Amino acid sequence: MVGKLLPAASPALSHVATSGAHGEDSPYFAGWRAYDDDPYDAVSNPSGVIQMGLAENQVSFDLLEGFLREHPEAAGWGGAAAGSGVASFRDNALFQDYHGLKTFRKAMASFMEKIRGGKARFDPDRIVLTAGATAANELLTFILANPGDALLIPTPYYPGFDRDLRWRTGVNIVPVHCHSANGFQVTVAALEDAYEEAAAAGMRAAGVLLTNPSNPLGTTMKRSVLEDVLDFVVRKNIHLISDEIYSGSVFAAPDLVSVAELVESRPDVADRVHIVYSLSKDLGLPGFRVGVVYSYNDAVVTTARRMSSFTLVSSQTQKTLAAMLSDDAFAEEYIRTNRERLRMRHDHMVAGLARAGVPCLQGNAGLFVWMDMRRLLLGGGGEATVADELRLWDLMLHEVKLNISPGSSCHCSEPGWFRVCFANMSLDTLDVALARMGRFMDRWNKATTPQKEH
Amino acid sequence: MAVVDTLDMPKKHKGHDPCLRSPTSRSCCPRRPDATATARTRPTSWAGRKYEKNPFDAVANPGGIIQMGLAENQLSFDLVEDWLEKNPDALGLRRGGASVFRELALFQDYHGLPAFKNALARFMSEQRGHRVAFDPSNIVLTAGATSANEALMFCLADQGDAFLIPTPYYPGFDRDLKWRTGAEIVPVHCTSANGFRVTRAALDDAYRRAQKRRLRVKGVLITNPSNPLGTAVPRADLDMIVDFVAAKGIHLVSDEIYSGTAFSDSMPFVSVLEVLAARAPRAADYGLDGRVHVVYSLSKDLGLPGFRVGAIYSSNPAVVSAATKMSSFGLVSSQTQFLLAALLGDKDFTRGYLAENKLRLKERRDQLVDGLKAIGIGCLESDAGLFCWVDMSHLMRSRSFEGEMSLWKKVVFDVGLNISPGSSCHCSEPGWFRVCFANMSAKTLDVAMQRLRAFVETSYKGAGTVGALRRAAAAPARSMSCPLAMNMKWALRLTPLSADRKAER
Repeated sequence: MVGKLLPAASPALSHVATSGAHGEDSPYFAGWRAYDDDPYDAVSNPSGVIQMGLAENQVSFDLLEGFLREHPEAAGWGGAAAGSGVASFRDNALFQDYHGLKTFRKAMASFMEKIRGGKARFDPDRIVLTAGATAANELLTFILANPGDALLIPTPYYPGFDRDLRWRTGVNIVPVHCHSANGFQVTVAALEDAYEEAAAAGMRAAGVLLTNPSNPLGTTMKRSVLEDVLDFVVRKNIHLISDEIYSGSVFAAPDLVSVAELVESRPDVADRVHIVYSLSKDLGLPGFRVGVVYSYNDAVVTTARRMSSFTLVSSQTQKTLAAMLSDDAFAEEYIRTNRERLRMRHDHMVAGLARAGVPCLQGNAGLFVWMDMRRLLLGGGGEATVADELRLWDLMLHEVKLNISPGSSCHCSEPGWFRVCFANMSLDTLDVALARMGRFMDRWNKATTPQKEH
Repeated sequence: MAVVDTLDMPKKHKGHDPCLRSPTSRSCCPRRPDATATARTRPTSWAGRKYEKNPFDAVANPGGIIQMGLAENQLSFDLVEDWLEKNPDALGLRRGGASVFRELALFQDYHGLPAFKNALARFMSEQRGHRVAFDPSNIVLTAGATSANEALMFCLADQGDAFLIPTPYYPGFDRDLKWRTGAEIVPVHCTSANGFRVTRAALDDAYRRAQKRRLRVKGVLITNPSNPLGTAVPRADLDMIVDFVAAKGIHLVSDEIYSGTAFSDSMPFVSVLEVLAARAPRAADYGLDGRVHVVYSLSKDLGLPGFRVGAIYSSNPAVVSAATKMSSFGLVSSQTQFLLAALLGDKDFTRGYLAENKLRLKERRDQLVDGLKAIGIGCLESDAGLFCWVDMSHLMRSRSFEGEMSLWKKVVFDVGLNISPGSSCHCSEPGWFRVCFANMSAKTLDVAMQRLRAFVETSYKGAGTVGALRRAAAAPARSMSCPLAMNMKWALRLTPLSADRKAER
């Protein structure tokens, strides 16, 4: 009997496939796993982990469902749907033009204008559709940077960037360090430092990438700071990408100042400015995969359009959302109501945390608060460290049973900050989370307050 | 896929463009400036634009250009439309009467909707006559086969590595496989002498050429059934290719996007996975399972290119893992996954659709082939696909690629048929054209044949010319392949080794 042959090794995979640059070994993802293993449910698992690490918007689904109920033709093909621009199933099923459905682009442009209160105009022909902002950000990185180049990104930033911008592109991220001393605002000095750091490491800085409103801070950028950033990219002759995925979630003053507004008053900078948007946060539709690259640079628009072949939006989805967003009355009502609900949720959360003795950065946008737990890291003497923060995070996850995102996973330069989401659960669940937080802080205070001598 | 590429001339830039670093600047896409230039100036883009400006319409524009360059399947929409009418919940995002809107709105898990992957796995197996079973956990969903092929390149090849691809091949590969990945394509030359079948000698030759260029070969990529040939790759050839990749220690990607368009009973489609299954358990011993990856899509069989549904199928866990994470950059809309889970999960529908679609494709194909034959034009005998590989070399003024181009321009401009020249598919012999038949009505196809006949009769005036052409088409000639079926049956009676020797002659 012939002995079993040793299995031949499979041929090697690429460096991209085998590198860890997909980033899924970070705590950001570990928390999700802990939640998956023990998810909270009010009835069946009331002591489970409450997911507060997922920036989803679940507060306004009823509005979308209401629209679809009143306009069933938006989701189907029986009869011409007003605003859909597509007469039949077969036309829609065949439509794979990387320009995207014209009616949908117009609807997106109009929606983006409404969100900015009409302070900026968007040309539908500059809209390039991609399957989500994840794809849009990677696409722009491929177009604006070479392998080995660097994107300068203010910290703290969305953990997903480490993968989205670097993995397959070979582009690096150099952090622009921001600090709580000035509310984590970007400064010119920090930008210059980052630029120098890139140069010292032999990297060509290709551009600056902002998220405005900021994830994880939940704040909008001041106009003067945005102007400074624009001046900087002009001075260095580099690009500016503004990820405005949270633009529809600004619920308190100051109003959003979009880079689109500034470009209109500074046409000389237009060629270097590119905006990313998506319906995943404002409309709460991450599953539908709708992202946008909007560029004022013609060559970038043309190239992005061709590259979007790798990541087109389903024509079925384009058709449905075109009908929804081109309904002006609906769109305006949605934006207004959604903002109001987010504001209430935000205020409720901040008040609850304040009662528990936990401060937050003052925020006016987003689906989360930037919670300050630095006080809990002190007491060991010396500076708080990332290890301290991760110990606290672990405590929160396994004892308090709240999955929150540690600032270190967002590359925050100061340990002790956490991003906590408030829009991906019911109000009741939020109250349970706040109660747990309150009890935890009570225990902590008792344990750390020195007993008074009688 | 033929994506419409309208003429976009960049407007004059105001102010200094940061992309342009110096007077001898790169374009704004520093990575691959050539790719954009190529895309814009490619002849088929030009023809696409001509068509866009003057598209045929039986009523509104009967003199317009007939689109025969788009490999779409428009023959069986009514079957899907019927199903949609009878199953309104699929579109209305309801399951058992209850709305699943919220669940779908939030569903962005890159593992894909389980119901959809299960239905897709079963459907893919049904297409292969259940001769292969697909494990849903080995399926990675992507936004179309375009995305699947690119993702596989990212997983299998480093920058500068090469994949060997038999010619003629789908022009889109030049962009899809190379643009952002930095991978190279080295063509495996196939000729009409043996019906453009892949031979071991051609593979070895391509491998040597890659080595001379100091390129590391990471794999072979075949399209089966072939685009643009319209032929199912014979089992013996698949065996030969699998042996080749095993010997070289490289990967094999089999793009089976046209698997559902195989319409011949005498020459059925054989998936590379069947060939592997036949070798099991030895296949596993030699690690073959880990090196063969299949690509699929619903764009051709079901005619749903707009919905962006593609898949990678691999038994290599590392590939599945990496490709799954990469699919984040091109996920399938959950709204669409839900619809298709219901459609493909309906066994009555899929059984009926596969059978009827096959009949309609064959009928339309026959109409094209007969129409061409009557004009004295022959094609490679096809058994799959949405197009025929047509030999118009005898109509060229000169037997060269210049001759092919000049004939092609006449056919687009004067005859008004947008067909695809073989050179755009990297064919090594001039005179071949891909002509699509499934993206138009039977009447329109008739009009196309009438126009072509008129062109041939007036351009090649002379007593008996058309008759002579017709006779030439009927008799085997060196520049015209024998009907493929004859080669196939003869070759299959031999062992693979002697089939190779026959092909080399």
